[in-house]
Amino acid sequence: MLELRNVSAGYGNIQVLHNLDLVINSGEIITLIGANGAGKSTTLMAISGIVPVRSGKILFEGEPIHKISPEKLVAMGICQVPEGRHIFPALTVQENLDMGAFLRNDKDGIKDDLDYVFSLFPILAERRNQDGGTLSGGEQQMLAMSRALMARPKLLLLDEPSMGLAPLIIKQIFGIVRKINKDHNTTIFLVEQNANQALHIADRGYVIENGVITISDSAENLLKNQDVQKAYLGI
Amino acid sequence: MDYFIELLFGGLTRGSIYALIALGYTMVYGIIGLINFAHGEIYMIGAFTSFIIATVLSIYGFPLLAIVVIAGLAATVWSSAYGFTVEKLAYRPLRKAPRLAPLISAIGMSIFLQNYVLLAQTSDFLPFPALIPEFAFMEPVAHIVGSSDLVILITTTLVMIGLTFLIKFTKIGKAMRATAQDKTMAVLVGINVDRVISATFIIGSALAAIGGLLIASHIGQINFYIGFIAGIKAFTAAVLGGVGSIPGAVLGSLVLGLTESFATGYVSSDYEDVFAFSLLVLILIFKPSGLLGKAETKKV
Ligand SMILES: Nc1ncnc2c1ncn2[C@@H]1O[C@H](COP(=O)(O)OP(=O)(O)OP(=O)(O)O)[C@@H](O)[C@H]1O
Ligand SMILES: [Mg+2]
Repeated sequence: MLELRNVSAGYGNIQVLHNLDLVINSGEIITLIGANGAGKSTTLMAISGIVPVRSGKILFEGEPIHKISPEKLVAMGICQVPEGRHIFPALTVQENLDMGAFLRNDKDGIKDDLDYVFSLFPILAERRNQDGGTLSGGEQQMLAMSRALMARPKLLLLDEPSMGLAPLIIKQIFGIVRKINKDHNTTIFLVEQNANQALHIADRGYVIENGVITISDSAENLLKNQDVQKAYLGI
Repeated sequence: MDYFIELLFGGLTRGSIYALIALGYTMVYGIIGLINFAHGEIYMIGAFTSFIIATVLSIYGFPLLAIVVIAGLAATVWSSAYGFTVEKLAYRPLRKAPRLAPLISAIGMSIFLQNYVLLAQTSDFLPFPALIPEFAFMEPVAHIVGSSDLVILITTTLVMIGLTFLIKFTKIGKAMRATAQDKTMAVLVGINVDRVISATFIIGSALAAIGGLLIASHIGQINFYIGFIAGIKAFTAAVLGGVGSIPGAVLGSLVLGLTESFATGYVSSDYEDVFAFSLLVLILIFKPSGLLGKAETKKV
């Protein structure tokens, strides 16, 4: 479904990603793990068209997309929940969700998806007229994911959804990531530092170090991999 | 007491005109974080457009109401086209440049537009046709509140209600708020930020054009320089209220209009500006972000 071929990208004079190769098949949950500053968010921003690709190709359903504008990528079904959630603070919960469906006009479909996200996160239904900025961290993460789901994505990019959350909430969020994947066959690309949890729900995983993919394997094997255990699982 | 009420209405009228212009400053600042220094000229062009249309139509003997409506529409459309163009030429190419660059190009745009109108028209004050008649029912209070004050207040109120509705409930309004709050995220939900910025310039320009028509008809004369003065006053009002805040722009404008009106009425018209700017300085000392502004606004 998504393929990065030899992708390099960066900011100004700094090159962050070096010849990245990565494949995500339809319906999979793929995780990308790496330390601070390894280039995880940059990878997602390159896929979303925010950080320009300097060389190499990104293909989505066989089409090259690395020159397509970010808003067209959303229309094509690639949606990102960025690191730090980026809730619109002075928009209500409902308005944040409306923004997720910004490019859609199918009223009935939008209504169905609204019911769906409220079934995933009933707390959001209770808070729907409250400003996004007043929600707790966990609620903001739920809202950010719901907002992305309102676009009915084919590929959902999640950047460190567990960041700063209590273990119980993290467990709930990861459970829902899996449920989203099952319910709509939504392909998921999950960036995490919380490697243990991520590998437990993922099919396959990649490890990124200093902008280079160093390991790629099934989630099962990565959990058993000694290097991964030492560096990312704290074993 | 009559005199007080007269000054009160005079101040509110002034304030509503400032508000129509100040909204353009504040909305643009809210979205791109920059002051549109050519905004006063957009208002001036609105006044000139309605002047030209109104003069021509009255030669052909159109009824007054038709003149007002057609001149108003023409001014709104024409000013919006200018606002759209200013953004395209002076701001868009400099989107990633240091903050000073677009400010300078906008000042250049403002000087260009002033001189363009100066050359195309004249440097003299032109008599603006009285578009607002003296209503018979206003006769008993006409010495306190003029018909044109009343029309300006009602029109501005309706425009504000319309604008509030637009920003609160329409798709473009929500997209404008979202873009103002978090541009990266706006892009990530599929909002075309360039289009939102254009829409903001267009809406601000349309409001300024309505202000241009109303004030020109109220005062009865215009020239190429009115945009500069009105622009500075409206800018002051926007800063007073907290630049970037829409209710702030309205509040700041009314406070400024009332201050000027009372200062003129009770002290002397020579001190009108002294009071206006002293008020600004005082408010900025005690509340640097303006009356309703958020604390962390960047300085221009
Ligand atoms: N906007 C930017 N401008 C310049 N350099 C940047 C920018 N964003 C990130 N970088 C640099 O790019 C490198 C990779 O950053 P990136 O955000 O992709 O890392 P990450 O793997 O997501 O880290 P974290 O786990 O801390 O989120 C870092 O060295 C960072 O300093
Ligand atoms: Mg990151």
